[in-house]
Amino acid sequence: MAHISEAGVKKINEICDRYIGEKTPLMMILSDIQNEYGYIPLEVQQIVSKRTGISVAEIYGVVTFYSFFSLEPKGKYVIGCCLGTACYVKGAQQVIDRFSELLGIKPGQTTADGLFTLDALRCIGACGIAPAVTINGKVYPKMTVDAVLEVVEEYLVKEGKM
Amino acid sequence: MVNIKIEGVSYQVEEGLTILEAAKKCGYEIPSLCAFNHGECNNGSCRVCLVEVVGARGLVASCVYPVNEGMEIIISSPKAVEARRASVELLLSNHNINCQQCDKNGKCELLHVAGITGAREGRYQGSKTETTYDELSPAIIRDTSKCILCGRCVARCKNAHGEDMGILGFENRGFNTIVAPAENRSFLNSPCIQCGQCVSVCPTGALMEKSEIGKVDAAFKAGKHVVVQTAPAVRAALGEEFGMPVGTPVTGKMVAALKRLGFHKVYDTNFAADLTIMEEGTELLGRIQNGGKLPMITSCSPGWINYAEYNYGDLLGHLSTCKSPHQMQGAILKSYYAERNGIDPKDIFVVSIMPCTAKKDEAGRDQLKVNGLQDVDAVLTTRELAKMIKRAGILFTRLPDEEFDQDLMGEYTGAGVIFGVTGGVMEAALRTVYFVLTGKEHEAIKFEQVRGFEGVREASLEINGQTIYVAIAHGMKNAKVLLDEIREGKSKYHFIEIMGCPGGCIAGGGQPIVRSCFLPGEDDDIQDTFRAKRAAALYSEDVRQQLRQSHNNPQIKQLYDEFLGKPNSHKAHELLHTTYQARVGYNN
Repeated sequence: MAHISEAGVKKINEICDRYIGEKTPLMMILSDIQNEYGYIPLEVQQIVSKRTGISVAEIYGVVTFYSFFSLEPKGKYVIGCCLGTACYVKGAQQVIDRFSELLGIKPGQTTADGLFTLDALRCIGACGIAPAVTINGKVYPKMTVDAVLEVVEEYLVKEGKM
Repeated sequence: MVNIKIEGVSYQVEEGLTILEAAKKCGYEIPSLCAFNHGECNNGSCRVCLVEVVGARGLVASCVYPVNEGMEIIISSPKAVEARRASVELLLSNHNINCQQCDKNGKCELLHVAGITGAREGRYQGSKTETTYDELSPAIIRDTSKCILCGRCVARCKNAHGEDMGILGFENRGFNTIVAPAENRSFLNSPCIQCGQCVSVCPTGALMEKSEIGKVDAAFKAGKHVVVQTAPAVRAALGEEFGMPVGTPVTGKMVAALKRLGFHKVYDTNFAADLTIMEEGTELLGRIQNGGKLPMITSCSPGWINYAEYNYGDLLGHLSTCKSPHQMQGAILKSYYAERNGIDPKDIFVVSIMPCTAKKDEAGRDQLKVNGLQDVDAVLTTRELAKMIKRAGILFTRLPDEEFDQDLMGEYTGAGVIFGVTGGVMEAALRTVYFVLTGKEHEAIKFEQVRGFEGVREASLEINGQTIYVAIAHGMKNAKVLLDEIREGKSKYHFIEIMGCPGGCIAGGGQPIVRSCFLPGEDDDIQDTFRAKRAAALYSEDVRQQLRQSHNNPQIKQLYDEFLGKPNSHKAHELLHTTYQARVGYNN
């Protein structure tokens, strides 16, 4: 079991305490932790449980229900491929398959070097530029299968890996 | 009150009821699977209770839809009938249909509802959710292939043991959703206390006790000397499995059945309950007189012990060191009884019939041995005993009443009997503590203050000018209140009784399943009254006993005189006392 430092526990408790008095604080607490650390492992869920009195089972349920929350550390670059209806009919499945092929990971997984995570997203509200891909917030409009290699290379160059 | 119509007939019902509840009061059974016990669980998730309400858009789920003035409800409209059948068929399409080898056979609500709605297997076909079959726990099996995601177990665990404790939750999303401990762990690797309350509310065979009938069969086959003992709560509920009214005490028939099943000796765990009182009472007086750790807390309930070890490792010194009664009985069987009968303890196989799933877990503990042998070799729930009786073709209701074996450990007192209900151990202890301190019996015998089903109860008793403060809690949600007081140094009590299950052993996780749909002879509020009815069965047996205080049990006196010396003696400690170990909940 991963060990969490005293400072880490303090920080998580501090995040929990931001929402004292809220009727349903769990989503907000987990959002903050996800943003702060990039993932929410069971050890962290146990600390949240102790602080808030919400059972670990319930917290785990919420973490596994929403795809925004992650149990595993995410890569440095999170590639989100929208698979909403509009993107899908414009060929988003082929785009995400191409990312999978190039990176050697399935959607939801992270590359062994910790550089890339590939996520399948539901509609991100950018139907006008379908199929849409986001990488750490940067939007790539009207993606094509052929453009995927170029995009991946852009980040590999940035990291000095090419 | 509001005026409603069901099937065109006018009724007046209380305001605030759901359609489901109102219909029940008016004499209709709308099938439902997720709704349970006055909103204890009502996720509206199973969609089996759909009815038509005139003026409403579409069909409504009657378990979550409140009645209002002038409402017209139609249960039997073709649209509603068809929809209910389709809902059940959809549940069946993702269900592992192996009903004949399912342990829930006969008590499965899904099968019952399928029968009522006319649902057929195979009308919808497709893929099935990936299955988890968790059989690592010695007490409870979880089989997600039979889970219908109703959420009753999730709700019951939280209601009994607290929002912070709930072990089960919904995991993942959509078709991949399962009910499980966090990370889909086994009950064994999570801080589950193995109480089995989840088992007692599950509508299907998704949660079941782990059967040990096979172990008992094997012991007979191997030619062991098989001795059986029965916990007090079993006699208050076993009859229900054979159609007898809830609350019928069946002590004599139960004994007759056990004798016909071939057990070599049939004893009552009540003997050891009396022994527990002698040991625990002496321990309490010792702590009070010598400045030991107070309050002292009872240790009869293995669910509670699990909870303490997981969550209150710093308070384990407050627990009585006494083994639970059936473990004491096992230890005495494999020492005193073996010696007197000239039997090698290795050849004795002790079977405990318990209202409890956690006892299965307890019996395997390392700390519960006598000369290297486990005190108890197999634990069967009340339900498993009923199965053995049925399997043997015994018509239970036609059995004569017979007596427990009387030699060495056959006597028991009324004090032992009431162990099976919340407050009972406390009452039994007070009867004896009062006598030890004053030299005379407490006149009333009954200690009314400690009876009842309030979650936390307290009482005080004047003995020789000293006031003894006691408290009782059942269900870990209630126990937590008293435990946090101790942690904060604010507890004023000398002695606390804690039972894992709400209501105590009579409503334990190994007891017969109580459901109106399988108990047509009972009133429809049986879910509210069964605990009190079973408790009344035990209190009535207490009154029928000639001896009602543990210290007056002649065979207990004989056991001390001839074998143990006196309560809390060195030998008693060796055989009858145990230790506890703090544990990490979500280990490895």
